[in-house]
Parts: sequence; C-alpha cells; structure tokens
Amino acid sequence: MRWRTVALRALAPITAVVFALLVASVALVLVDRNPLTAFVEMAKFAATLKSFISIMNRAYPLYISAIAVAIGFKMGLFNIGVEGQYLFASLLAAWVAASIALPGPLHVLVVLLVAIVVGSAWSGIAGVLKVTRGVHEVISTIMLNFIAFGLVSWLLANFLRQENQPGDLIIKTAEIPASGRFPSLNPLLAAIGLEPPRGSTWQGFLVVAVLLGIGYYLLVWRTRFGYELRASGINPGAARAAGVDPNAMVVKTMLLSGAFAGLVAIGPLLGFFNRYTLDFPRQLGFIGIGIALLGRNHPVGMFLGAVLWGFMDRSAQILDLNDIPREIVQIMQGVIVLAVVIAYEVVTRFVEREQVRAAAAATAIEAEQQEAEEARTS
Amino acid sequence: MEAMTGTGAAVTPAVELVAITKRFPGVIANRDVHLRVMPGEVHAVVGENGAGKSTLMKILYGMQQPDEGAILVDGTEQRFRSPKDAIDVGIGMVHQHFMLADNLTVLENVVLGSEPAKGFALDFQSARSDIVSLGERYGLVVDPDVLVEELAVGERQRVEILKVLYRGARILILDEPTAVLVPQEVDELFENLRGLKSEGVTIIFISHKLDEVLTIADQITVMRGGRTVATVAPEEVDAHRLAELMVGSELPTPEIRESTVTDVVELDVDGLTVVNDEGRRVLDDVSFSIRRGEVLGIAGVEGNGQRELVDALVGILRVSEGRVRLGDEDVTNRPTAQIRQLGVGLIPEDRHRQGLLLPSPLWENAMLGHQFGSPFMNGVWVDRAGARRRTREIIERFGVKAPGPDIPAVALSGGNQQKLVVGREMIAQPQVLIAAQPTRGIDVGAQAAVWEQIRVARAAGMAILLISADLEELIGLSDSLKVILRGRLVATLDPRSVTPEELGGYMTGVRSQEADA
Repeated sequence: MRWRTVALRALAPITAVVFALLVASVALVLVDRNPLTAFVEMAKFAATLKSFISIMNRAYPLYISAIAVAIGFKMGLFNIGVEGQYLFASLLAAWVAASIALPGPLHVLVVLLVAIVVGSAWSGIAGVLKVTRGVHEVISTIMLNFIAFGLVSWLLANFLRQENQPGDLIIKTAEIPASGRFPSLNPLLAAIGLEPPRGSTWQGFLVVAVLLGIGYYLLVWRTRFGYELRASGINPGAARAAGVDPNAMVVKTMLLSGAFAGLVAIGPLLGFFNRYTLDFPRQLGFIGIGIALLGRNHPVGMFLGAVLWGFMDRSAQILDLNDIPREIVQIMQGVIVLAVVIAYEVVTRFVEREQVRAAAAATAIEAEQQEAEEARTS
Repeated sequence: MEAMTGTGAAVTPAVELVAITKRFPGVIANRDVHLRVMPGEVHAVVGENGAGKSTLMKILYGMQQPDEGAILVDGTEQRFRSPKDAIDVGIGMVHQHFMLADNLTVLENVVLGSEPAKGFALDFQSARSDIVSLGERYGLVVDPDVLVEELAVGERQRVEILKVLYRGARILILDEPTAVLVPQEVDELFENLRGLKSEGVTIIFISHKLDEVLTIADQITVMRGGRTVATVAPEEVDAHRLAELMVGSELPTPEIRESTVTDVVELDVDGLTVVNDEGRRVLDDVSFSIRRGEVLGIAGVEGNGQRELVDALVGILRVSEGRVRLGDEDVTNRPTAQIRQLGVGLIPEDRHRQGLLLPSPLWENAMLGHQFGSPFMNGVWVDRAGARRRTREIIERFGVKAPGPDIPAVALSGGNQQKLVVGREMIAQPQVLIAAQPTRGIDVGAQAAVWEQIRVARAAGMAILLISADLEELIGLSDSLKVILRGRLVATLDPRSVTPEELGGYMTGVRSQEADA
C-alpha cells in the first residue's frame, strides 16, 4: 500500500517530463528539426565528467532556493521574494567577506552568518507586514524584490564597489581573500582517480546544500516546530486551537525561509565568482519556486528536480552547435512545471479516493449494523 | 402530518415537497419531510439547529439533491440539478449572509450575473427602469445608484431581495432574515414582506425566533430531528406551544445516577466579557464555575455566543473584561498553548474547522493540541513511535473504526473522526474538558459512545463544560444547566425538573428568569 502510493506519486513528475518531451518534439518538428537528434545530442553531451560537474554546480543553488520556497509553502505562505533576498544577502556577504581578515573556516562562517541574517531580515519584513498590517506576502515580497534590486545596484555602484583599474569597466566588489573561499570537491575526484577536467571546479558548497536539505527535513518533519508549521499550513483554525500562535508562526516561517534564501548563491560566490559583480547569477529565486512545485516540497523530490533543471540548462548548450534552437529547453521547463501541478492534483485525488475506500471497507460492518438499527427504530 | 388548515384543496400549492429524504454519511438530515406552501402565503419553517431546515431549503433551491421524494412547483414535478434550475422555475433564495459586492452600486449588484445586454454593451438604462419599477411595485425602495457599502444592513437585505426578484422569482426563500437586523429593521422587513405577499409572491421564511414567526407567518411548519412534526396556523398556537413542538413534547428523563460533583472548583469564570471588532458585546458578563466531577451544560440556539465562549476560554479570543481561573491559576488572556498545557481539553464544535488535519495521518491528528510532550515528543524530536502507539490506543479504547494510525483523517467517516477527537482529548485526562457539540453530525452508535465517554470522565473527576444544541444530550449528561442568549447567561435550570416549554422559552427569549422572578 505504502510503496504503491510512493510509486503513484512518482508517476506524476515522470508523466510531466514525458509530456514536456512531447511538446518539445512537436515544437522541433514545426521548425523542421529532428527531435530525436536533439534529445540524443543533449544526453550525449550531459554524459561527461565536465557536464556532471556543471550540472551539480547549477543544481545545488536551485535546491537551496527551492527549500526556501518550500518552507513557506509548508505553512501556506508564498515567498516570491527569494530572488531579492538572495541577491541582497549575496552582495552584503561578498562585501563583508572582502572586508574582513579571519583565519580560514571562521572567515567563511562569518560570511554565511551575514548571508543568513540579511536574507532572514529582508524576508522577515514581509512577515511583520503581514501580521501587523495584513499585507499579503505575495504582494510584499514582490515589492521587496524590486526594492532589493534597486538597493543592490545603488549600494554596489556607490558604496561597496572596488575602485576600478584604468580600462576596467565592470562594477564589482573587492576580491574575497583565499581564507574566505569555499573549498572545491576537485581533490575528491583526484582521490578516486578521476582527472578533474581543465577549467572545471566542482563547487564544495554542494555538501552544505545537501546538509541543508537534511536539516530542512528534520526541522519540518521531525520537530515540534515543524509539526506546528505544517499544521498551520494545513488547517490554521485547528493549529490555533491546538495552541499555535498564527502571527508568531507567520513571522518565524518568513524568517526561516529568508535564512535559507540568503544562502542560495553563497556557493558560487565563495567558490567561483569570489566577488559580487553586476552579472552575478539572477533568477535562481524564481526558478526555485518551480522546483519546489516539481519536487512537492519534499527534500528528495526537490533535489531531483534541481538536478533535472541543471541537466537541461547544461545540455541546452550543445543545441546551438547542432543548429537547434536552445529555447526548446525553456519550453520544456515551462511545460514541466505546468504539467506537474496538474498531474499531482490528479494523483492526489486518486490516492485519496483509494484511502477513503480502504477506510470504508474497514468500517463497512459498522455501517451495516447502523442500517439495521435504523430499520428497527423507524 | 397534520391536516392543512384554512386553504382549500382546490388551489394548487406553489411548492409541495413530498416525502423528501436526504442522507449524509452517518446521518439522516431529512426523513420523510412534507411541506405544502400555498401561493401568496408567508410560510414559516421553524426548528432547532440540526432539525434539518437548511438541508431542506438547499434541496428546494437545487443546491442538494434528495435521495427520495419529490419536489412539485405549481403542481408539476421538478428535478433540480443546480440552483439555476430552481431559479428557472421562479424560486429565489435570500441568504443569511449577504452576497453583495460592496464597491459596486445597487444597480450593478442587482444585475450582476444576469446583465441585460444590448449588443455587446450593458443596457443599464433598461435595467435601472426595471429595478425602479420592481421597487415601486413591491415597496422596496432603494436608490439604484448608491454604493452598497454605504447602505445599512436592512437596506442591503432589500437589495438581496430585489436581486432575486429581478431574476424573476415568485417564490422567495428567506434564510433567517432577521438574524442580522435590529428591531426596527425587522419591522421594515415585515412591511416589505407584506407588500410582496399582496403582489402574489410566495415566501418561505426560515427562523427560530418564535415571536417573529407568529407575527408574520400565515402557516408554520415545525421541524424536529429531520422530520416535519406539525403544520399549524399562528392563531392556533402561542410561543410556548411552538417552543414545545420544536424541542419535542417529552424531554428525556435523566437517568438516575450518583452525583460525582465535589466542591473543588476546577474552572471559575467571572464576569467574562468579549467585545468584537464592531464594538458589540458578543459575550456579556458571563459567570459560572465547574467543579471536579461536574458537567455544566450550556443550552442555546446557535450563534448566541457559544463559539465566542469557547474561544475566550482557550485563549483564542481576547477577553475584554472579567477573568478565567483554572484551579488556582488565573489564565485570562494567556496564550492557548499555555492554557492547554495547564490541563484544558477541547472538543471543538466543528471538527473540520478546528479539530483535524484532514490530509494528515491519524497519528499527527492524535497529537494536535498535545504536541507539547510525552508521548508525542522525545526531547526536541517528534516521537513517531510513541505517537503511533498512543493513536492505536485511542483507536482501540474509543472504538474508532480505522485500519491503522497511518491513514489520513479524511478517509474516516464523520463519526469516527469525532471519536478520534474525543478520544485524543479524553486520553490526556485534562482537568477541564470543553466539549462543544460533541455529537454533532454523527450517527446514533457513535453518539452513544461519546456520551458514555463523557460519563466515565465525569465519574473520574473531570470538570466538563458541555455546549450543545441537542437537548437530549444536555439533559442526559448535565449536572446543572444554563441557557445562553445573545451572549448572556439568562437562566440556570435543574436538568432533573426542567420542562421543554421552559427550556424552549428561555432559548428563544420568550421567557426570562429576571421576568419570572
């Protein structure tokens, strides 16, 4: 019964992916390309060590972002503001990282704390606005995104930038010293006898992302706080009667969601860019929403979703070389998110019906007795 | 069914319901219900909460389909699949809670959903003249161009009625129309209803305010326990007789049993007052105390402050004045979590709204409200094994029919869901148990089981506040009985000697103990 349910639930994302492949195929046929060639090329390109590293590097920031969104979802809050939260957190973290001098691990730890505090505070504003003024968090987080974008550009351009060398036009913070960087996983590859491809760095923050995933699971599913959070999401009235203060829960959830959001791009910052520049990666917060939907807020599901996204982004690069429009991948990503929402709904209804039937079977005897009782009394 | 009085058999009834039966899982909401409404009459349907009035009206308005029986409109049998079908034959419903858009004008609200079109444009001109002439004809005067948010409650109700008439209704169902009105608005409403009647509109008027019913109705049908028990003309009865019909002529005699009441006060409420956002005193100077081993019953028609009382006691609603004492501890306005940990159990009146996490497994439901410690917690971690064990214990001891602790609560029938809620509160052995409508909407067998649990808990020394609309339950279980009306406790009665007439009288405000004294 249990395994059947798990299998049924896995069916939904698989169906969505297959459906997306179909839609993409139709699109490809319409522009006179062979879908099969496209998919085979993508798969072939992805099956290299260099691609594996690239996929992982793309996936884990999305995973953290999805967790941040999922925490909100679990209590019925829609944090659309992960985008602004992580950009703001990344800028300040980059500035602090380049401004202080501390021994190795401590340096990194301080930077992580800065990112957590900034992301949390920025998200917390939406929580406080909701409980004190009744502002819906969707509205406030969208607005806070815009404010964050503006604030980041302004702070960077006017206060936090490094004085440029003559001829250097890129606006950026100062470079983070070696003690503030996050170690890579390349030595691990070497240890198992694989030569890391030249120019490839397997970012070590992936380990932190996995730990965050485990922490997310333990916190939300195994602690009282997590239980109260989920109860509030499922039935606010019941949670309240059970002693959960709804306002406090909103603020706590937003703070926690923002804390995760603050860490979204810290891996690339400390393991690849080593500074915040104007072309720092964007959109991670928004894609995180899609992955949280795809993974159903589940720590494993979201991880698979993030890897799928990383795979599609990476393998899209080969398409141009084969004269196939790479936008086909974006179509697929969009279709997957839409289709999976529908597919989950269908599966959920089906499973629910089955469970009701099972429970009804267990209580059938009781119903018969009751019928008899009715017949006797009337 | 008693014979119809007055109207001749030659006239075809505007509405006739014949042998309507409607079952829901675990309950029969309507059984063998008969109702005959003559054209141009105001026909009141009265009954207590849960007597089946609203189900019957939902059937008549096409919101629900009967399992058995027939609906005849003007002598022709009809089958309504949705309210649209009912509207098509001229039946309209004015809901208790208005369904108006505040930021639109009266005119826009009235045409909303059936807008008159001229080509692609809205023909407001003809709509306006339609509404004005409707208003003149029926005496429902409202300015069509004023915003609904600027209207008083009585005027909004008129807009609702206009809305229904505009759609061509000749048979109006008014669901507790006076519940939201102040006395002079009630008079205006009745004036309007008389105007409608004189124009040949048939009105079905749902209420439990007996004095109003006697004022306005031509015929009164009384419902009790899902059945229509009598149809009478107002001249034949008075409020007392009507109250008696509503609650049943014979109240159950409480079984003779040992009193377990001690003199240790567990819950002491003094001058409890709650003022809502609109400044109304929804609870007004409520005082009582419950001792160890005592069941205090609160009777009352729903919506008279019962929900607010429960919410104030458990710290969900802010208390404006007065205090609540739990043993020696003053818990007024303490957080809910604290109050519950101090030993207050709660069986909420609506298990779906306040008592259950429907999609979650039973063990997560079993810990709801008890998530503070053993057996559900092990340090900071949820003790899943402990929670499952406790859930199995509840399932066994309280006769919950469920395959196991891992199935979701939504899969259980209503009676079994309720048994789970009752079991979870009982098994924690609180000092004080607040049981609001503990057997609402569950079958007879489950009801008996819940009653037995309350008796056992009482014998074991629990102090129990029992709030119920079921008089049999109140009288059968309570050691003492109080009546709540408009947020005040208006009477204290002895369940062993109370008569239905008394109880019905106090509940509906026909009698008052101050006047008696």
